[in-house]
Amino acid sequence: MHVHFLDPYKPRPSLIHAFDPRVKLVLALAFILAVALTPIGAWPVYVLLFAVIVSVVMLSELGVGYVLKRSALALPFVLAAVPILFTAQGVPLLAVPVGPWTLTITVEGLQRFITILLKSWLSIQMAIVLAASTPFPQLLVAMRAVRMPRLIVAVVGLMWRYLFVMVDEVLRLLRARTARSGDPGLPGARVGGSLAWRARVTGGMAGNLLVRSFDRGERIYAAMAARGYDGEVRTFALPPIPTGQRLILGIGLAVLLLLVMLGYLV
Amino acid sequence: MDYAIKIDHLGFAYGDGHVALRDVSLAVQSGAKVALVGPNGAGKSTLMLHMNGILLPGSGSVTVCGLRVDEKALGKVRARVGLVFQDPDDQLFSPTVFDDVAFGPIYQGLGEKEVRVRVDRALASVQMCDYISRVSHHLSVGEKKRIAIATVLSMEPEILVLDEPTAGLDPRARRGLITLLRTLPQTMLISTHDLRMVAELLPRTVVMDHGEVVADRPTAEVLADTALLEAHGLEL
Repeated sequence: MHVHFLDPYKPRPSLIHAFDPRVKLVLALAFILAVALTPIGAWPVYVLLFAVIVSVVMLSELGVGYVLKRSALALPFVLAAVPILFTAQGVPLLAVPVGPWTLTITVEGLQRFITILLKSWLSIQMAIVLAASTPFPQLLVAMRAVRMPRLIVAVVGLMWRYLFVMVDEVLRLLRARTARSGDPGLPGARVGGSLAWRARVTGGMAGNLLVRSFDRGERIYAAMAARGYDGEVRTFALPPIPTGQRLILGIGLAVLLLLVMLGYLV
Repeated sequence: MDYAIKIDHLGFAYGDGHVALRDVSLAVQSGAKVALVGPNGAGKSTLMLHMNGILLPGSGSVTVCGLRVDEKALGKVRARVGLVFQDPDDQLFSPTVFDDVAFGPIYQGLGEKEVRVRVDRALASVQMCDYISRVSHHLSVGEKKRIAIATVLSMEPEILVLDEPTAGLDPRARRGLITLLRTLPQTMLISTHDLRMVAELLPRTVVMDHGEVVADRPTAEVLADTALLEAHGLEL
């Protein structure tokens, strides 16, 4: 019983896939930073940033549809930005009566909300391309190579490794529950138990999983320490980044800088 | 004849295309105790998951207690077939032993009094009555195995399907478990690598390999056939 659907890596014979993971990581992070730095309501720049991400998606041969579908995952997080619609000071646009209160949507609020929506959507697409075009272990090596704190890299790496183990464990727990969810067809019996009881069972499962993950963590650490782990996973030295890719890295960073500056001009 | 389990030409492939069962046919009489042996990856666990509809047949059919296992009959099938997984940690998902053993009966909609009776009876039959309020997490593997069996006994199933019941047990816990299984009256299908237990406990043995049944004979005959055992990676 294994999960494979979590692994976002999709092998393709594309230019983006062939890039050095360090170059991809730096450019992807720079893109997300540029998106974050672009001022509110700089619509033309968002269009340009969108053009960048679409070109990258097309070059990666992942398929625009695939990336768009995955990027829908980011939508629920945008809900956190909904209050901005009403709290931003500015010109009232629309009044929504909610019971005894009236919520007023302002033009500024709407602008900010749409900006946040677009920004998270653009950023998540780049993250998707990065994760889908780079095998995860390479990504970890790249993180270390660009001097990300080793603790963070270690945490990300272990999380990745054991996420699958945990999800497998969840699937097995659910299977065991299903196996005992029987209905002998007794007259008058209410099958399935009460909602509160079912919630308690599920809570118990979650608690169990927590305790077990904790135990597993201890065991894993002991096994790692037994083999001399000191907080750093050592890898072979990486080959130097080819000149052509260095050039692309430079150009990419310059373009992103230009786009951000453009944002403050329009 | 009165069959507790009847499997006809069962075939099954997993979603990734891996064919786990090919044309498996098997009939088990009520009250019979049958061993299912074979190397890892032979399809034993896949077959067991068909017994109560966790997996549904790709082709052919599975009938337990006269019920054809399909989506409509799942509830009834699961009430009659107790499936005990290899890893008791999967089976025990509740905070306390009581909660776990009571899960099946409560789910079936039984009243509180009846649930308590069932739990007491199930724990008594695995000799673990004193453990009723213990935290499952803190038990030894042997204790967990017994509780795992109690979690299905409380549903009063007609058939017990056990996956590797003696795996990971020390000799004393293993002995205790064999004695326990001997006392239980249910029809049993036990998947195992423990051929010494098979010799002691189960009169009939089904050998599986590569998703197929390669032998289905009295245990003594199978265990005497060294060529067969060797061909399918089995050892006494």
